[in-house]
Amino acid sequence: MPGITREEVAHLARLARLELKDEELDHFAGQLDDIIGAVARVSEVADQDVPPTSHPLPLTNVMRPDEVRPSLTPQEALACAPAQEQQRFKVPQILGEE
Amino acid sequence: MTVTELVSYEDAMAAYEPVMGLEVHVELGTKTKMFCGCSTTLGAEPNAQTCPTCLGLPGSLPVVNATGVESAIKIGLALNCEIAEWCRFARKNYFYPDMPKNFQTSQYDEPIAFNGYLDVEVEGEIFRVEIERAHMEEDTGKSTHVGGATGRIQGASHSLLDYNRAGIPLIEIVTKPIVGAGEKAPEVAKAYVTELRELIKALGVSEARMEMGQMRCDVNLSLRPHGAEKFGTRSETKNVNSLRSVERAARFEIQRHAAVLGGGGTIIQETRHFHEEDGSTTPGRVKEEAEDYRYFPEPDLVPVAPSREWVEELRAGLPELPRVRRTRLREDWGISEHEMQSVLNAGAIDLISATIDAGAPADQARKWWMGELARRANEEGTELAALPITPEQIARVCALVKEGSLNDKLARQVIEGVLAGEGDPDTVVEKRGLKVVSDEGALGTAVDEAIAANAAIADKIRGGKVAAAGALVGAVMKATRGQADAARVRELILEKLGVEG
Repeated sequence: MPGITREEVAHLARLARLELKDEELDHFAGQLDDIIGAVARVSEVADQDVPPTSHPLPLTNVMRPDEVRPSLTPQEALACAPAQEQQRFKVPQILGEE
Repeated sequence: MTVTELVSYEDAMAAYEPVMGLEVHVELGTKTKMFCGCSTTLGAEPNAQTCPTCLGLPGSLPVVNATGVESAIKIGLALNCEIAEWCRFARKNYFYPDMPKNFQTSQYDEPIAFNGYLDVEVEGEIFRVEIERAHMEEDTGKSTHVGGATGRIQGASHSLLDYNRAGIPLIEIVTKPIVGAGEKAPEVAKAYVTELRELIKALGVSEARMEMGQMRCDVNLSLRPHGAEKFGTRSETKNVNSLRSVERAARFEIQRHAAVLGGGGTIIQETRHFHEEDGSTTPGRVKEEAEDYRYFPEPDLVPVAPSREWVEELRAGLPELPRVRRTRLREDWGISEHEMQSVLNAGAIDLISATIDAGAPADQARKWWMGELARRANEEGTELAALPITPEQIARVCALVKEGSLNDKLARQVIEGVLAGEGDPDTVVEKRGLKVVSDEGALGTAVDEAIAANAAIADKIRGGKVAAAGALVGAVMKATRGQADAARVRELILEKLGVEG
């Protein structure tokens, strides 16, 4: 039985750095459960003869010319970073001692 | 860390046959990134060339760079590949901070170019390297590891990320397993990367400067006993970033694998780091299998379906391939394959060619670039092309020599002046007063003085020892501070002493 529990939603929210209140957790857990249920019904219908869909629109070759567009300023880019140092994103230790 | 005693290269070859796979990443020279309009200019301050798309912020949408796709097709065509009629991008998922999106946008089972080959030359013989695929992807951000020893990731307390490079277009070019190169495998590897670099430069899609990281090579290598069908377990030596290192890394791994296998051990499938200082490799991480990346089609980018008309248009516009051009130039210049190889290694082909186009004779153009200028570049640890002198200026020096206003020694001084920033050749000649003394009166006086001061030698010459004239020529050249035409001086000396030359 596919679905998603309230605990799993809380875990996902933490991974996505989203702060959800208790009532929001209840609310989204219900909605996400409905969505997952709907997607599960699609896999029931789609048999071996139906190719997987990667893109819902029949478009190809959407490209842009190689022209520079303004970037964010470093300050804007770093505005939401939890930590920064020397105008760079600061991230926790990646590897411990060898 | 266990240190493996290497076996000699000859012993390794006696027992095993090497199989190689080369993966080369080329950073394209587009103005903007692969999926957003951020600039790719080098040297910007940290995080000054980022936007919501390359930072992976919610709600941003990538759009592919048309020039990036065009460059990928050109590379594919130049490598004799088939070009996909329809292909998609894929997400290569991994959890590491060098990509803020937590995935790299790449191509998986639908590369834009596949099934090609590149012919390379080793000691005059052609070796065909087959190409598995060339696909489009993006570069990662740059990490700085803080708090550990010498910037290493091990033991660092934290790391700092600059995402200016994240999203710069990359083309990854992968060979099929290279078999049959035998003992020449390391040379074939080097020749392949050299040829590929020339090709990329000729296409104008990247400057492919390895020392700048614009072209990077991974060397995959395994050994199998002679006669065996099955490939051995491979190691992947990452980021081998010079042509010489590619050869050294392959050679080292052959010797290391042979030592491990010969001692009854097994090769671990792992990535390895190459060390420039001593040409050795050390273990990196144990390699993930492809499925660990959870590849799936990138839903935010629509498929790329290059029309056959576009592909044919690009094919028709391909420049003369470097190997073909080299053969043509070699014949024009009348030099040996070995000499041409030296010119290629020195990065002097375009410079010599441009000097000849500017009017210099082939032998003179080659003489200056491969002699005096190569020496200067070497001394200063720079590329020949980076010297502050142009092919046109060298051609002008050659012209001044030809018309007799400069001799070789003076020409060298003129070049020195141009390199020192004193101006173009004519200005240097003017400022330094570097004209051959052709005033017959002044020369005649200098010759008379030399004869008077060296009476004994003059007598020898009168007596028929023409070879002794060299000493008098030397004296005149010294007196005129090298500014005389030595051949004319010799004529004058013999004339005045009444001897036939």
